[in-house]
Amino acid sequence: MGEDSESPKINHSFLRDYVTEADVISTVEFNQTGDLLATGDKGGRVVIFQRETESKGESEELGESGEYNVYSTFQSHEPDFDYLKSLEIEEKINKIRWLPHQNAAHFLLSTNDKTIKLWKVSERDKRPEGYNLKDEEGRIKDISTVTSLRVPVLKPTDLMVEVRPRRIFANGHTYHVNSISVNSDGETYLSADDLRINMWHLDITDRSFNIVDIKPANMEDLTEVITAAEFHPQHCHLFVYSSSKGTLRLCDMRESALCDKHSKIFEEPEDPGNRSFFSEIVSSVSDVKFSHSGRYLLTRDYLTVKVWDLNMEKGPVETYQVHEYLRSKLCSLYENDCIFDKFECVWNSTDSVIMTGAYNSFFRMFDRETGRGVTLEAWRENSKPRAVLRTRRVYTGGRRRRGDVGVDSLDFTKKILHMAWHPAENIIAIAATNNLYIFQDRVSVENQ
Amino acid sequence: MFSKGTKRKFSDGDEEISDESLVGARVASSYSLQRQSLLDMSLIKLQLCHMLVEPNLCRSVLIANTVRQIQEEMTHDGSWHMVTEAFCGPGQSPSERLVATEVLCRSREQDAEPKLFSVISYEGCREEEVVADETLCSVSVSDTVSNVCLAGRVGQCWEKSELSGVERDEEALEDSRLGSGEDEEIDTEDGASTESPKTTGQVFGTFEIKNGSPGPDSALEELFSDVDTSYYDLDTMLTGMQSAPKMGPYDLLDSLAPSHSSPSIVSTPTCRSDLNELDHIMEIIVGS
Repeated sequence: MGEDSESPKINHSFLRDYVTEADVISTVEFNQTGDLLATGDKGGRVVIFQRETESKGESEELGESGEYNVYSTFQSHEPDFDYLKSLEIEEKINKIRWLPHQNAAHFLLSTNDKTIKLWKVSERDKRPEGYNLKDEEGRIKDISTVTSLRVPVLKPTDLMVEVRPRRIFANGHTYHVNSISVNSDGETYLSADDLRINMWHLDITDRSFNIVDIKPANMEDLTEVITAAEFHPQHCHLFVYSSSKGTLRLCDMRESALCDKHSKIFEEPEDPGNRSFFSEIVSSVSDVKFSHSGRYLLTRDYLTVKVWDLNMEKGPVETYQVHEYLRSKLCSLYENDCIFDKFECVWNSTDSVIMTGAYNSFFRMFDRETGRGVTLEAWRENSKPRAVLRTRRVYTGGRRRRGDVGVDSLDFTKKILHMAWHPAENIIAIAATNNLYIFQDRVSVENQ
Repeated sequence: MFSKGTKRKFSDGDEEISDESLVGARVASSYSLQRQSLLDMSLIKLQLCHMLVEPNLCRSVLIANTVRQIQEEMTHDGSWHMVTEAFCGPGQSPSERLVATEVLCRSREQDAEPKLFSVISYEGCREEEVVADETLCSVSVSDTVSNVCLAGRVGQCWEKSELSGVERDEEALEDSRLGSGEDEEIDTEDGASTESPKTTGQVFGTFEIKNGSPGPDSALEELFSDVDTSYYDLDTMLTGMQSAPKMGPYDLLDSLAPSHSSPSIVSTPTCRSDLNELDHIMEIIVGS
């Protein structure tokens, strides 16, 4: 509340709220070491951030880690047009996945709805100088001025990051690609669309192997689609895919060439008490992630996140309510299409904490050991850089505390759909529309 | 915007209506209204997903499943329920109607509901229901509540008949292509208002005889044997293509009206002018 009654406050907030559609971040992913963070947006651009490794002596003790700064930006996909169907193909980057680091260069896969591309990100910090026949600007020298021969030497220059497309995996999918996952064998990866999953070899672009096909012979019989897929982190023959009906299917590629028949199906029987016309929609799994250990699966449906044990198919071992207060609002959320929002979920490095997004710029973290969850906010108006995030609460009854937000004041346009957790440390990257927030765990002195 | 429900008239001429059943009937009809509104909303959503970019298949499938679910439920209790209410009097409402009083968005009691979704053979029931609805529809055409409602009614009729003719599951989606709103409830209500109260069996018995065909299927199949069904291909619909040109529900309507004329129930001239009006409205809605 501005107490300054003298000068009228001009409200510029509408300018801040204006978001270019193309800048909306659509995917976030750390690489395997966590030093690089890639984001993709709706405009088909990829921005890679790199963690600063230089650490001043004092800041290390205080627990501050390096910051992430922009490392490289490139246009990954362009808008395309399918002439056969007279439909546009969006350039929005649906997923980015890093390849395991093998040499000096970094490789990542980025995909839009139809085409997957392999990008090589390499650094150049030296250049040859001292050519005999060319001068410094590259112009051909007059031969008569050359009096002696010398060997060109490599001199350090400013760091240049070069990004080049190395492979383009096109024409593999009729439907929209929703997931890609690199296999632990380091040679293959899978890409999943609504009805099929293909397996590719990273070096072969003109062929892919179809491993799952749930397209019915008669499209009118279609009642279920694939929503996400991932390879097992250690077993190169196992992968899982989730469906719009809330089931998870674990497939073993050793069993047969076409893995339509699952090895295991994970399904929770419907709770009859909660049954409504929206039951199926809210049970649709929007994201599935293996734990780092490979023992558990994490799934996100509209109202909950669930942890499943690979050894138990009949139901999840843990269920966490993300925003149960929305259950009574499903009709409105169906009307404004929010019920179809696809939230992602992530594990922390030790598989002890899980995180997922919600509305109103809120995201939730659940500690698996205690079973408790916290709500945090990714909104710069309410937090300064380096300030400690305070927990938020949605008021659902009982004693109302200061700072509680009512369910009806939630902003459903501010949704946290995409996020990533550093593979080793407690650093998280949250995409909030067109902003990227990076939060770090402040290690207190006592804990060191 | 989506709700086309009209207030149900509890005629004072009926015998004493117990409070309990009155409340039950009101809440049940509120549930039906909300369910109807959800159905309308879903159909419009399905229709609106034909943009420049390919529609999201997952969303389309989920909406289609919701529509199917609503229609299944309406098949088994909605339309029957309305007719029962209208003809048998509120006192005879099945007990589960009182039980299923939660509004659409909340959880519902599970006394009689589960079987609706799982056990009953879909094909068999559909045929029965189609005959009844179609004939009901033709009856109610003469009684216009509002132009929009009328469009919805007949659209529903066409869609139901077409379904029986070609036995498709996705009739709702095809229907949505033509932009018609549904108002099955209005059908039955108007059927009620134009008819003196009868038992359910008598009503449908009458209609079946009126059809004058040995079996309901053959007459309908005959009617719709030349329907171009490729237009209603779900694949086409879900992947945003528009293949065959819009066929006319108008053609079907034309064939519908005369075949079901029965002087005692339908006034044909009124029917005809209403249909012309309907053509016009449908054109606007469909935007052809």
